[in-house]
Amino acid sequence: MAVVEEVVESGMTPEGVFIAPGQAGSLVEVQPRYGNFIGGRWVPPTKGQYMQNLSPVTGHAFTEVARSSAEDVELALDAAHAAKDAWGESSLTERATVLNAVADAIEANLTMLAVAESWENGKPVRETLAADIPLAVDHFRYFAGATRSLQGSSTEIDKDTVAYHFHEPLGVVGQIIPFNFPLLMAAWKIAPALAAGNCTVVKPASPTPWSILKLAEVIADIVPPGVLNIVTGPGGEIGKALASSPRIAKIGFTGETTTGRLIMQYAAENLIPSTVELGGKSPNIFFADVMDHDDRYLDKAIEGLVLYAFNKGEVCTCPSRALVQESVYDRFMERCLDRIGRITQGNPLDPTVMIGAQNSAQQLEKITGYVDIGLQEGARVLIGGERTPLGGDLVDGYYFEPTVMKGTNDMRIFQEEIFGPVLAVTTFKDEADALRIANDTLYGLGAGVWTRDGNRAYRMGRAIKAGRVWTNCYHLYPAGAAFGGYKISGVGRENHLMMLEHYSQTKNLLVSYSDEPLGFF
Amino acid sequence: MSAPVERIVATPSAREAIAEVTADGGPIMFFQSGGCCDGSLPICFRDGEFTIGNHDVRLGTVGGSAFYMDHRQFEAWKHTQLILDVGAGEPEGFSLAAGPDRHFITRSRVFSEGEMAVLESAGDG
Repeated sequence: MAVVEEVVESGMTPEGVFIAPGQAGSLVEVQPRYGNFIGGRWVPPTKGQYMQNLSPVTGHAFTEVARSSAEDVELALDAAHAAKDAWGESSLTERATVLNAVADAIEANLTMLAVAESWENGKPVRETLAADIPLAVDHFRYFAGATRSLQGSSTEIDKDTVAYHFHEPLGVVGQIIPFNFPLLMAAWKIAPALAAGNCTVVKPASPTPWSILKLAEVIADIVPPGVLNIVTGPGGEIGKALASSPRIAKIGFTGETTTGRLIMQYAAENLIPSTVELGGKSPNIFFADVMDHDDRYLDKAIEGLVLYAFNKGEVCTCPSRALVQESVYDRFMERCLDRIGRITQGNPLDPTVMIGAQNSAQQLEKITGYVDIGLQEGARVLIGGERTPLGGDLVDGYYFEPTVMKGTNDMRIFQEEIFGPVLAVTTFKDEADALRIANDTLYGLGAGVWTRDGNRAYRMGRAIKAGRVWTNCYHLYPAGAAFGGYKISGVGRENHLMMLEHYSQTKNLLVSYSDEPLGFF
Repeated sequence: MSAPVERIVATPSAREAIAEVTADGGPIMFFQSGGCCDGSLPICFRDGEFTIGNHDVRLGTVGGSAFYMDHRQFEAWKHTQLILDVGAGEPEGFSLAAGPDRHFITRSRVFSEGEMAVLESAGDG
């Protein structure tokens, strides 16, 4: 027994499964209820209302968060406006020091936050430990460095006239976070906004408001009061209050297309900029030469197809359309289906589990509906296709089998984002056919190209209408690689130095060093 | 003479919800969303809250409320009938609720060849 205890990490059961947040021995403490994080303090909602927060792992409530109203958004905006001058004038050293300290604090609490994020979203802890949280840490460090290396410019217009260009903060911005990566997407938005000298009011997604509050606990004493404010509650009420507020200088949003349009409409009403990231239906293209050798590269390509199940398919760039060259389709898919059949599903807090729970009952309902539409349209289920029956504590959780459906690109399962572990697979004849199918979509966020032929990879990568084309890889999200959509997948980019421009005003000082009048009057 | 084919229909519970939400705060409208997160849901707004563009497609009305879709999305969806219904739980995004702890959803049914022919002959295929 003593031996077992020695090898089992703190916060785990003897079987090596992380103990659920709030339970005795868990790494994650859970309060009975949470207020908003405003001005560096925990503030109860003005109307005193709270809403239950469920874990998709069990389908049961485990805490309550503020069910805020427009008044609470105003309080957060008050705090942000009170802080904006001092933060906007802080030195680059001070800003970078804060961002680096945020990164260090997240890193010091990496396992705790990884368990919290898994419990909040339903995603496997093996992903949050290896991807979500380390990437969030790195993102803050990236922008700590980026802000110090950002340069203005001076242009000598003529020998006595100089145009200086400075970056100035926008002031107070609003940011709306999606449910699929509650912490990483928050980091993607918060880090560049703060790095550029802005204060922010953040609204987490309604189904996932809690893990970001755990993050706030970790960094509450690091970020100056009012620089980061978090308000939880329903999108229709506080999302609207924030996005339509005349007191914000920019709105950032990740979500679906209709709300994206609504956000841009509100921004137009206030004449402010917006960044919207609105999803995709990303093609993942496998040319016949991937099967030329049975080697590490083929193994990687097979995993590349199976990555549609990453985060249970709840990824804007989910490689949800696999296009496989017909000459190798049977042999390649046999290998892929074998790999998919060995995906382990269960309690996401078990580090050996590869696929967890969908984020909500509503998501599960939608996924089931799409499988039904696919069958009506004549697609065939190659594997999966049903809810996963799990027993014990997981019986009411939202589990769906890793699924593959074969069909054609005109079917709705090939055209619409399912946001679940459902892959639509079809075949192509040649490179031109692959390109035609890849681009036959409303969306243009991501794509994958797999081939041993470098010239073909380059041609395809440049010809696919998408903001990111992963080439012989997929689902890598390093800070420093710009991310954003073509077509209806959105407007703007994230995850790159250029974000500092998106969160800054350009100030031009046009200076004459001459004593000579113009001579007009 | 064929019977008209509806692109959007509503279940009785959706009709009840529309009546309830309308009685509660005034007329409403629907816009079918796409993409990330709540992508496949119909977003319910107070009438006029969402600006309809020149190229949006009006699929019809349900319970007296107009139902719209983006014209590009319509091209990909036009072989299916949409059935407005109600599901359990609050809306996760910006949509109005379909009454307390309920949200609107769209189910889909693939049109038969006969129905598609009717829609095409009406210049609506």
